[in-house]
Amino acid sequence: MGATKDMHEAEPTRRDFIHILAGTTAVVGAAGVAVPLIHQMNPDASVLALSTKEVDLSALEVGQAIKVMWQGKPVFIRRRTAEEIKSVEETPVSALKDGKARNANVAANDDAEDKNRVIKPDYIVVVGVCTHLGCVPLGTSQGEVRGDFGGWFCPCHGSHYDNAGRIRKGPAPENLQVPKYQFVADTTIRIG
Amino acid sequence: MSHSSTYRPGTAIERWLDKRLPIIRFSDDFMNFPTPKNLNYWWTFGAILAVCLVIQIITGVVLAMHYTPHEDYAFSSIEHIMRDVNYGDIIRYTHANGAAIFFLAVYIHMFRGLYYGSYKEPREMVWILGVVIFLLMMATAFMGYVLPWGQMSFWAATVITNFFTAFPIIGEPIKTLLLGGPAVDNATLNRFYSLHYLLPFAIFGVVALHIWAFHTSGNNNPTGVEVKDVKKDTVPFHPYYTVKDGFAIAVFMLLFAAFVFFNPNGMGHPDNYIPANPLVTPPHIVPEWYFLPFYAILRAITFDIGPISSKLGGVIAMFGSIMVLFVLPWLDTSKVRSMRYRPVAQLWFVLFVIACCGLGYLGGQPAEGVFVVWAQIATAYYFLFFLVILPLLGVFEKTKPLPKSIADSVLTNTKASGGMVAQAAE
Repeated sequence: MGATKDMHEAEPTRRDFIHILAGTTAVVGAAGVAVPLIHQMNPDASVLALSTKEVDLSALEVGQAIKVMWQGKPVFIRRRTAEEIKSVEETPVSALKDGKARNANVAANDDAEDKNRVIKPDYIVVVGVCTHLGCVPLGTSQGEVRGDFGGWFCPCHGSHYDNAGRIRKGPAPENLQVPKYQFVADTTIRIG
Repeated sequence: MSHSSTYRPGTAIERWLDKRLPIIRFSDDFMNFPTPKNLNYWWTFGAILAVCLVIQIITGVVLAMHYTPHEDYAFSSIEHIMRDVNYGDIIRYTHANGAAIFFLAVYIHMFRGLYYGSYKEPREMVWILGVVIFLLMMATAFMGYVLPWGQMSFWAATVITNFFTAFPIIGEPIKTLLLGGPAVDNATLNRFYSLHYLLPFAIFGVVALHIWAFHTSGNNNPTGVEVKDVKKDTVPFHPYYTVKDGFAIAVFMLLFAAFVFFNPNGMGHPDNYIPANPLVTPPHIVPEWYFLPFYAILRAITFDIGPISSKLGGVIAMFGSIMVLFVLPWLDTSKVRSMRYRPVAQLWFVLFVIACCGLGYLGGQPAEGVFVVWAQIATAYYFLFFLVILPLLGVFEKTKPLPKSIADSVLTNTKASGGMVAQAAE
């Protein structure tokens, strides 16, 4: 090594070049191996294949709500009463903790007015995963606590959502996500 | 303080082996390691922890022979272990309670290091490796808790992987990568099983480094005074400390056995005997008791700090409460190691222990009203202790005179040994 030390102080040699080349090849090779080893942990093809779901809403009465599974997550669908619709439509955006629509069906910058949270005002469709730490809020099944704003209530850390799925009180930072969905018939939606 | 080898191979076979693989020499040096003669019972927790790790690995390997890591079968395979497998219930209860008792021992071990300044120069690497072990233990325990696939398993996995979503941009992709899907499911269970089997061996490796590090710097001791004369200040590890550690291990095992045989579910949650249901969150999610202090810190941040949301703030505070331990050797500016000679630091230390236990209590309570306020006070004190009190005490505190040497403190100062008993009772 004593000899190479002297040489390092002089001009780089062909040997230095070979060392750098070999080292770089090893690093690039290691990075190449890391890609499949890490990417294998991402959702696989069979998980991605289950990406849409059709739901028939004809049996849903006014004031009722249901829970369906979509991509391993619950989706809440509530057929709102006239008073519920009136109450969320009258809520000014300035009173909301999160002013963004959080709706995959509208532009990302739209505000969280009720019209930007629904397709038909009768039905509110949201992913039933609390935006705080991922618990499933209560309020869908009959008799469950619906929180101070009459929508949903997350028991884990006390987040209150209104009937448009918007966060009104508690630690959750964002409104409940509205998934991408469309009405394929009058009372049938396709989520995803 | 690495000592020169005293091993003399006695037989021809030993001499033959010594030239080729000096494993007997290594063991001999290890067992004869010169250890300060004044170590008290707080120092036995290192050996207790080594036993805990071995118990977890042995019971874990056995359980893996009967467990099925699949979302449809995991819960019933646990019941199969409990009801059908010979001695399966005892082995599983040992593993489950073993995790809790492991954390009890590690917390005592860490408080001991904190009190006697075992993290200070030249033992920074010992302490840092210890914090790495603690982090690995938390990851292992968390993933192990998911495997029975009960309600608490499922929702603990959901809540904890959601911590990462607090970080902007990179958060969601990291969570998806950890879960292998949009939500906790079979892919998550499989990888957690794989990693839960792997990590204990990683812990084993870091433990070896931890021991190597303090066999290089030498053990700290209750006076915090360095060994000056190996002959006068130290005794060989074997038989002096193998016997003392052995006694402490036996006493500790009594406590362990009391839980396993008389109250095996005392530290668990009944909800975990309900199979996982992705559509229903249990009304009151709490982690195992050994995570409660950190859970309380997470929930204590209920307010936004500038652009940082309360959610991100809570996650930063929780991770920060462990990260701060990594820099502790440089935060404590006092030249005196042991708090035995630091009367003011002692008081703050007692308050710190109370704050940690208080956070543990508060983490198990609902996050509302007065509980939140107390958790905020205790969290504030937790960080003040490390970031303000310890750095300032080093400058302003008037410390008591140190003994001239370890031998001196043991032989001539009977008051010091009286003090040792008083501290043991704390």
